[in-house]
Amino acid sequence: MSIKQNIKTLIVEKPLKLDCGQTINNFPLAYETYGSLNNEKDNAILVFHALTGDQFVTGINPVTKKDGWWSYAVGSGKSIDTDKYFVICANVIGGCMGSFGPGHENPKTKKIYGTDFPVITINDMVNAQINLLDFFGIKKLFSVVGGSMGGMQVLQFISNYPYKAKTAIPIACTSSHSAQNIAFNELGRQAIAADHNWSDGDYNLKNIVPDKGLAVARMAAHITYLSKKGLQEKFGRKLQERDDLKFGFDADFQIESYLRYQGSVFVDRFDANSYLYITRAMDYFDLVKQFNGNLSDAFKNTKAKFFIISFTSDWLYPTQENKDIVIALNAVGANVGFVEIESDKGHDSFLLNVPDFLKALKNFLDKSYAEKHS
Amino acid sequence: MKPEYKIISDLIEKDAKVLDVGCDDGTLMEFLKTNKNANIRGIEISKEKVQTCIAKGLTVIEGNAEFDLKQFPNDSFEYVVLGQTLQAFINPETVIKELLRVGKKAIVTIPNFGHWKVRLNLLFKGTMPITNSLPHDWYNTPNIHMCTIKDFVRFSKIINFKIFKSLALINENVSDINNSNLIFKNLFGELGIFLIEK
Repeated sequence: MSIKQNIKTLIVEKPLKLDCGQTINNFPLAYETYGSLNNEKDNAILVFHALTGDQFVTGINPVTKKDGWWSYAVGSGKSIDTDKYFVICANVIGGCMGSFGPGHENPKTKKIYGTDFPVITINDMVNAQINLLDFFGIKKLFSVVGGSMGGMQVLQFISNYPYKAKTAIPIACTSSHSAQNIAFNELGRQAIAADHNWSDGDYNLKNIVPDKGLAVARMAAHITYLSKKGLQEKFGRKLQERDDLKFGFDADFQIESYLRYQGSVFVDRFDANSYLYITRAMDYFDLVKQFNGNLSDAFKNTKAKFFIISFTSDWLYPTQENKDIVIALNAVGANVGFVEIESDKGHDSFLLNVPDFLKALKNFLDKSYAEKHS
Repeated sequence: MKPEYKIISDLIEKDAKVLDVGCDDGTLMEFLKTNKNANIRGIEISKEKVQTCIAKGLTVIEGNAEFDLKQFPNDSFEYVVLGQTLQAFINPETVIKELLRVGKKAIVTIPNFGHWKVRLNLLFKGTMPITNSLPHDWYNTPNIHMCTIKDFVRFSKIINFKIFKSLALINENVSDINNSNLIFKNLFGELGIFLIEK
């Protein structure tokens, strides 16, 4: 993993008390930046990545050699315009792209953590990333933005640091993981655990990988990111490089082949234990409960201008769950705009080329930025 | 810009917190922002129009006033504006009550179905009236609860809200409506503009 040694890393010296009770310090936080910070240091946008994302938001990811996960939205002249804004993104703790995670060595035992790594939460992820503001000397971010788990981090960030961002854009997310969300995550975790190679999390010691289990986890999750209509239109019952059914269990259908491919490429870039830890963090996310059943209290101190975006075909984090956040914000008189974008691309819409979404994101950011500078 | 926007703006104090219900493309919102330095929010049902508002830098929530006003606490705004859409709601009574719960005051404008052109249209043609301000056919109109200026005044007594100020728009001129000229204004007013309170 020589490339990983070139990853930009901030060593966070300050102790961080995790929700599980453990305290960590001197831990690595891997990050990437795009664009440049202006003299006033008021053009910074902190982007939070989703479950399987990383700090390489746009351009070519130096590790996977593929386009960054938000290449449609972030870049020169794009919605999050890197000619104008200084974009920062960190790999979440618990992740596997350089930040402190289960693939790191436990200094006490000199062994790779595996499942001895402390369980982390969305709150812990955000509290780790706040250190980037001090590091760059940024008093207040222009915006915090993220979709899916990234959106949950946006909500947690504003709740923890109400004065640290001028605008906040939670996209296709929820304030509390639903039973269905937890169920799908559990399916993924059990797929990993059922792979003999997983070895109770100690596969690193044996130099093996639970690739079958992780691939199945990815396949199942991938279905939840798409819509029925989208799948039907893209694949229907089309057959994979054959004229007829083969009466066997090879991938007869294109959708089977597609999912297998998605599973196989995922295992090359993602760590199975990180998958367990990050899905757990999502499942534990319940901002409503953190504020004793009143989500509005999470936002009562903030002056941040919110823009919430959902997608019509997203059944994983449906519009209603996004609207619940809007309602909570309105209840405390916060400045909040909301739009539901028409798209057949399911939950993944925020990652894809959905022009109405990209336009709304760009307009909101650019107009809000102009307001600050007029 | 619609002629009544200036009239609405004149009814609103400077720096007020205002909600524009059915804010359309945000023209009124922008006008109130510029002229009254209003702290203004909008609700709009059309995705396309919400996009237009976002492009203008306005804070708008996509939603339906009939269901989505509930989310605002009592007296969230000094003024709530409802421009020419009362007649399109399934339950106008609920909407009026919600406007007056959410806002300390409300400004409601209604296209007057009692206008002489509308009356003549029905009288002589015997078909549902189509005029400049009511351009739809009966089968595709969003307006399911048309009323006249007189109806609205009666409505205030029935569901018990106060009309603080009532104005009629006739050929882009604005005039007061009072008890003695109600019959006349109800015949010639194209639009009724009402500032109401609980």
